Amino acid sequence: MNKIKCECGHVNPEGTVLCESCGKPIEENQHIDGNDKKKLLNMRYDGTARRSQTYNKSIVDKVWSFFSSVKVGIWLIVIALIASAVGSIFPQEQYIPADAVSRDPAIFYEERYGILGQIFYQLGFHNLYSSWWYMILIALIGISLVICSLDRFVPLFRALRNQKAKRHATFLQRQRLFSQTDQVDEEDIDTIKQRLKKLRYNIKEQDGHILAEKGRFSRWGPYVNHIGLIIILLAALLRQTSVFYMDEYIWIREGEQKVIPGTEQQYYIENKDFVLENYDPEDELYKDALEQEGAPVASNYQTNAVIYKAMEPEVTGAEPELKKIEEGNIRLNEPLNFDDYAVYQMGYQQNEFSSMSFKIHETNDREEKSLGDFTVDLTSPKSEYELDSGFKVEINNYYPDYFLDDNGEPASETDYPRNPAFVMMIYPPDGSEPEVSFLGIGKNIDATGENDYNVGITNFELRDVSGLSIRRDYSLPYFIVGAIIFMIGVIQGMYWHHRRIWVRPQDGGILLAAHTNKNWYGVKKDIEKIVDGTHIQMVIDQQELDK
Amino acid sequence: MNNLIELSSTLLYTAFFLYLVATLFFSFTIGSKRKSDGKAAKIGITLAIIGFSTQLGYFITRWIGSGHAPVSNLFEYMTFFGMATVLGFIILYFIYKITVLGLFALPVALIIIAYASMFPTEVSPLVPSLQSHWLYIHVTTVSLSQGILTISFVAGLIYLIRQIDQSKTTKRTTWLEITLYSLILFVGFILATTLFNVMNYQAVFEYPNNAGTGTVETEYHMPAIAAPTDGTLLTDKVMNPWFEIPEWMHGADAGRKFNTLLWSFIFGTGLYILLRLVFRKRLGATIQPLLQKTNPDLLDEITYRSVAIGFPLFTLGGLIFAAIWAEEAWGRFWGWDPKEVWALITWFFYAAFLHLRLSRGWHGEKSAWLAAVGFAIIMFNLIVVNLVLAGLHSYA
Ligand code: HEM
Repeated sequence: MNKIKCECGHVNPEGTVLCESCGKPIEENQHIDGNDKKKLLNMRYDGTARRSQTYNKSIVDKVWSFFSSVKVGIWLIVIALIASAVGSIFPQEQYIPADAVSRDPAIFYEERYGILGQIFYQLGFHNLYSSWWYMILIALIGISLVICSLDRFVPLFRALRNQKAKRHATFLQRQRLFSQTDQVDEEDIDTIKQRLKKLRYNIKEQDGHILAEKGRFSRWGPYVNHIGLIIILLAALLRQTSVFYMDEYIWIREGEQKVIPGTEQQYYIENKDFVLENYDPEDELYKDALEQEGAPVASNYQTNAVIYKAMEPEVTGAEPELKKIEEGNIRLNEPLNFDDYAVYQMGYQQNEFSSMSFKIHETNDREEKSLGDFTVDLTSPKSEYELDSGFKVEINNYYPDYFLDDNGEPASETDYPRNPAFVMMIYPPDGSEPEVSFLGIGKNIDATGENDYNVGITNFELRDVSGLSIRRDYSLPYFIVGAIIFMIGVIQGMYWHHRRIWVRPQDGGILLAAHTNKNWYGVKKDIEKIVDGTHIQMVIDQQELDK
Repeated sequence: MNNLIELSSTLLYTAFFLYLVATLFFSFTIGSKRKSDGKAAKIGITLAIIGFSTQLGYFITRWIGSGHAPVSNLFEYMTFFGMATVLGFIILYFIYKITVLGLFALPVALIIIAYASMFPTEVSPLVPSLQSHWLYIHVTTVSLSQGILTISFVAGLIYLIRQIDQSKTTKRTTWLEITLYSLILFVGFILATTLFNVMNYQAVFEYPNNAGTGTVETEYHMPAIAAPTDGTLLTDKVMNPWFEIPEWMHGADAGRKFNTLLWSFIFGTGLYILLRLVFRKRLGATIQPLLQKTNPDLLDEITYRSVAIGFPLFTLGGLIFAAIWAEEAWGRFWGWDPKEVWALITWFFYAAFLHLRLSRGWHGEKSAWLAAVGFAIIMFNLIVVNLVLAGLHSYA
């Protein structure tokens, strides 16, 4: 490495633009920050030697330089921004509405949004945010973040530690805020020192040269916030693994007890009751709004649930014994927590049929006197029912959620008994030929029109179904730590500013200059306050904006 | 109870009026040769502060009266956003003491509040997903940050009007006119809504619902230029629609919303043309001479500084608080819902802005344009995402 020795005696690393100690521009390196073309010095990173600007030979140098460029970083951010926007034009796959004609993405996008939808789907934008290239984009931002920060943090830290109060005249003259005073007396110098102290500047003196500095710690803000971001990105990676993140969904009917998926058969949940409450349309306060709405507005969805833990059975293979560990109400915004898990109220289905009762009677009996009753449990219908009266009923076909498909054939839209229908074979006790009946809500069709016996629905029972989601997320603490660090970093960098004011005695007068990383107006006010009433010249702003 | 709600709306009207008068006083400071701390400026800022306190009174009384934080529908949310903009202005005014900021920031806030009042103002009950303390913690922080970010747009706008060479037509003068015209479109919306409301205009349409299983009715409050797809007009003796909206416009009440949009364009454009005819100059050129006293460097600094103040707040409210709430409500702190995606886009955008400020050449005019784009993104998230790209957060 070719160290550079400045005339002030300080030895700088190769690639330094402004001497770390006295700030004198190092002759042969002025092209690096473009200082040779400007009157004002580029004060970013205090003219330190950054690896990316210094070495440019090997492939490692080139990769390093590439990722350490803020320009590249901005491009990556902008690309991510545009991609995210495009992904929001149409709903993502998981948000395809429930009332869609088809929830199959291959059909949905084209059906609803035409050719644009199809393009959206075929380019994979329906799953954009988990696509490999979006991931790569985010990863590239992460890499850029790390390299960029390292490239700047280390030299900047050095430079700010090595800086001396004594600065080269050129350094002061080429600052944005500068003034020269030809005659100053001791008293004025003392006054400004006092005032600087009052404004809480740290004062460093060296042979009559003064450096007043404040808020240096704010310079570390960006690096702190980038560390926070990196932790968040790493946490997001961890979350992709099933060890850290488990997410399951369960539909559970009232009265049912089920093993909770994703818990290795360790936990069971029982749905005692599902409650849906609406706002009272007569409510004094909400009357007008509810009237406008025209439909009932829900005030609460709630599942009253019990959680059981399976205890190791004494004998292997025996049914595990269940111990109640938690009982509570699961509401939106109020999940039920147990051990490492949380259960959330997500969906519901009201009035699902749980059972249906039928009776058989003679077709032309006006009284419809029952010749036998039977009840079908709709969650697990049997294939045959033998009645005491000798009738036998065979369930030939069961459509839990009956509808007529495009070909006019009966079919089931879902597996849930929301609109049950049956094709039944009735075997009379006398052993004659069986008859076929089609039965559903409001439908009772006699296929041949010659049936001697008729089946009628006498009763049914309804119940609600709760949709619950179960999560276990060990990555949360990392996100929280990352977010806190990020917030500390941005606040540190944004709400405090690093200000420096230099005074250099020269031929009986002084040079006065100042630099800040943001809020120039603030420093100018500070300087106005300190020079007020003295013979020292107010600084002038040498920056020419947009010229 | 209801008395409180009535009181709250009186307070809102009062605040609106106070902002209007404050704007007037700020306009007196423009021509005066005196320094910025003239009498008019003092009265202006005092009125703005009283107006803000009055609006705070609206907020508190409505909160008590309705039993929940009034940030639960578009009217309440936008009104709060207007209030946050005023607060942002007050904060930056006390940092920089520049009166011309008030002359532009208060009208922007007025437009926002008037715009908000065009949406249903009844107290509405909270649907279960909104029943959480995080509702107001999250929404008020986001709004506050957006109010401050709006000030960066306002300062940028003043910068652009002040600095862009108006002696000939260029791309820059055109874009500036487009920016001003967009603001006028909001006024167009307010005019159209108010006019037809006063006329009590009504036309009912019936159209097939999305699933194709039945029909829905929708009530237009403006003459129908655009009808819903396959809609039939049920009301007699009203204007017949000129055309039907294309089939791909699906959202709830897409036809009515699109029709409202058309009327806003008609009124807004009419107003713009009228202004051009009166002044016989581009609007930018009309305002420019009034701004000669202002210091562009200072405006540039305000643009940047408001982003510097607003960005951490936005991160906190728009991403972190939002994530905590989403985790509590749905067990996932991030779900790529359109609203969340647009919060992320806003965040990325302002991060890019801050990074660009690190390099030379992005100060001044370029920053000012960026601030305008940032504001456009915020408004997009508030309006288009709410009304069009329906998601979990869609208000109505
Ligand atoms: C893409 C990779 C990124 C790179 C290369 C990068 C680089 C930088 C650099 C060099 C600084 C200035 C350091 C200084 O002035 O001392 C900075 C500041 C900052 N970065 Fe990043 N950054 C990246 C991504 C991000 C992201 C994604 C965010 C968050 C949205 C972010 C937020 C910030 C903030 C808030 C500052 C402070 C700006 C200021 O002080 O004016 N950065 N970044």
